[in-house]
Amino acid sequence: MFENIINPLIHIGLLVAMPPLLPGVINRTKAVFAGRKGPPLLQPYYDIYKLLRKGMVISTTTTWVFQAAPVVTLAATLLAGLLVPFGPFAAPIHFTGDLILFVYLFGLARFFTTSAALDTGSSFEAMGAAREMTFACLSEAAVLLGLLVLVRLSGSVSLTPMLLAPLAHRPEAPVLLAAAGLFIVLLAENSRIPVDDPNTHLELTMIHEVMVLDNSGPLLGLIQYGSAMKLLVLSALVLHLLVPFHAGVPGVDWVLFPVELIAMAGVIGTVESFMARLQMRHVPTLLAAASLLCGFGFVLMVR
Amino acid sequence: MSLSASSHNLSLAEISSGQPVARSAIPELPLPQFQGAILDALRDRRRVCALFGATDSENSFKISLYVVLADDQHGRLHIARTGVSADGFPSLTPQCPQVHLFEREIAEQFGVKPLGHPWLKPVRFHRSYRAGADAWNRGPADVVQAGVMDFYQITGGQVHEVAVGPIHAGVIEPGHFRFQCDGETILHLEIALGYQHRGVERAMRGGPDKRSLHYAETLAGDTTIGHGCAYAQMIESLGSCQISPRAAAIRGIALELERLANHVGDLGALSGDAGFLPSASFCGRIRGDFLNMTAALCGNRFGRGLLRIGGVGFDIDASLAADLLKRLDVAERESRAAINLLWETSSVMARFEGIGAVSKETATELGMVGPAARACGVDMDSRRDHPSGIYQFSHIPVSTWRGGDVFARAYVRWLEIQRSIQFLRDQLKALPVGALQAEVSAPQPESLVVTLQEAWRGQVCHVALTDAQGRFERYKIVDPSFHNWPAVAMAVRGKQISDFPLCNKSFSLSYCGHDL
Repeated sequence: MFENIINPLIHIGLLVAMPPLLPGVINRTKAVFAGRKGPPLLQPYYDIYKLLRKGMVISTTTTWVFQAAPVVTLAATLLAGLLVPFGPFAAPIHFTGDLILFVYLFGLARFFTTSAALDTGSSFEAMGAAREMTFACLSEAAVLLGLLVLVRLSGSVSLTPMLLAPLAHRPEAPVLLAAAGLFIVLLAENSRIPVDDPNTHLELTMIHEVMVLDNSGPLLGLIQYGSAMKLLVLSALVLHLLVPFHAGVPGVDWVLFPVELIAMAGVIGTVESFMARLQMRHVPTLLAAASLLCGFGFVLMVR
Repeated sequence: MSLSASSHNLSLAEISSGQPVARSAIPELPLPQFQGAILDALRDRRRVCALFGATDSENSFKISLYVVLADDQHGRLHIARTGVSADGFPSLTPQCPQVHLFEREIAEQFGVKPLGHPWLKPVRFHRSYRAGADAWNRGPADVVQAGVMDFYQITGGQVHEVAVGPIHAGVIEPGHFRFQCDGETILHLEIALGYQHRGVERAMRGGPDKRSLHYAETLAGDTTIGHGCAYAQMIESLGSCQISPRAAAIRGIALELERLANHVGDLGALSGDAGFLPSASFCGRIRGDFLNMTAALCGNRFGRGLLRIGGVGFDIDASLAADLLKRLDVAERESRAAINLLWETSSVMARFEGIGAVSKETATELGMVGPAARACGVDMDSRRDHPSGIYQFSHIPVSTWRGGDVFARAYVRWLEIQRSIQFLRDQLKALPVGALQAEVSAPQPESLVVTLQEAWRGQVCHVALTDAQGRFERYKIVDPSFHNWPAVAMAVRGKQISDFPLCNKSFSLSYCGHDL
């Protein structure tokens, strides 16, 4: 009984407090590989805190959609975070078919982000919205195919039983293929290299960042917080496929999970340090490869 | 000076860089022959270095056009002039794309129209030098504002327009880029500059004075030594002064250090734009090391104050030479590692290769200069073709590559970096002797001088016309960017708009050098 209260509380605590640490780890990793000292690990927290205290400049051409988008995006991400089990612990909310809700919560967030981008009437932001939508078509397919592997494996269509299915029942090849596909989606969805460059100042090359160019102050803070949370939620999902081992002791597992997340951020930072961005027209090829990996995983399951 | 006997240049005065010629010895041709001479020259693989207007006084109705044609193979310059009326003159641009911007500049500066010019727009958005004369019939009440003009437009269902700048997200100079795109493909790019116009050419009138050298040094901040040398050489040749070998060597060292700092910095910036951090960070730091070597030389990282008329203001003693050699070894080792990492990383090469290619034909037609031209396989380098100072005695091999894409422009820089380092080593190990500064006489009156320098970005061309008192009646400056900006627009035509920043960076052109 005690566990049923404390575990969801820890889950929510991590989901709310930990996200900005991950971009901090990524930036630090990249700095080390580039021979620099890099910003403090907690810099994203300071940045968001700073932004939340600032004023806002809102373009007169925009409507309520522009201001609603960051809030809807954050809310959708938060809700999606409550559907994914962290470590070996069941998610605070789980029900049959929640995986469809999970995928389309991100769809909802994307709908609002791109609508807000179009709302500004800027040619840059419209270009970013077009790119985001084009690439989302491909990455959504990969996510669903990847999750289908787990559906087939566990016989359930709820994230918690799917992801926490006993190890013994897991064939390695399909799960690894799905994990690789989902890792690519993780990089794409979080606008990381090789798909997007979160650090660039070049509007013409951006995908996600260009859509939020008109945001400032608290709204920008919410956007940054939301995208850090998205990184955490998707990482938590992929971790189930990559590191499905648990200590079995709740106290240890609750420590292990954040450590795994930090390691994941380190891996992302390392990937970014060793390669340049892809040409924009090669991004669909990469995402199609992600779909194929997940698809092959699924094919292996149904033979 | 001699009137060449060759049939092509029968009517042109022939000089070399840094050799004054009496204005009376420059043939004044009727306009058709003048334009014919330019077309002949281009057929003969010569280039238009400068084409500019001049008047005796600000309100004169007698406008002369001067052309400086470079014969890079023989190291000679051909000069002619012609008179044009205030009503205009037939444009040469349709036959000769090289003069496109030069003719727009003449129209803007002197309010005289090149008739039949296919795209007659202002270059720098200022009022004409001749009060009341305006090529676009704008009155005194009309506002002249940078970037306000009709842009080329394409219409159609999927065609959209993207406007970038003049204020950019990075800390760079202002310039406006107008793209006509079909989805992600660039159909057309038009570049509108002029935001940095300071009126330097006009301010040089009446010189040389104490300010002139400093104007030259700040024409383009990253080309301090390049423009500074071109100016100093100008005054020295007008004042019949031969600088000492030691001063010439120190100028050469400063010019190559400038090249090294900028080339390494640009390769780092290219890496950064491709999203590859390691080389970006290392090159950014190594650029600083090269700038610090210039600072060790004269106290300023960009070399301001190093050049003096008649020589240089700072000596390199034995201990400084040893120190610079030691620093050079470290910088060479580190830049080799950081830059080779670019060529070895396949994801970086995928971004560089085949992007923004300019053909050799286009490069020649547009009159491109510098590393961007050499990357297209155009074998030209003023250090070899029109040598002055130390380059007369110490030769640097010309680095060319093929393909004219982002990779070629990056790789030519790397080749030049290696050769500049070798040159620096040779010079620092055996610095010639001589006084730091030589006496300079008063500037020769009624003369014309052209000086060419191969700055890091390409050929810098300064032309001065002196009046009866030896003062500048006209001072024309052509920064390499002026030749190369149209090439950026050509390089991205039909390419992906997301590759534009990388492509633009690979040219690394100056805004203020263009805007003057």
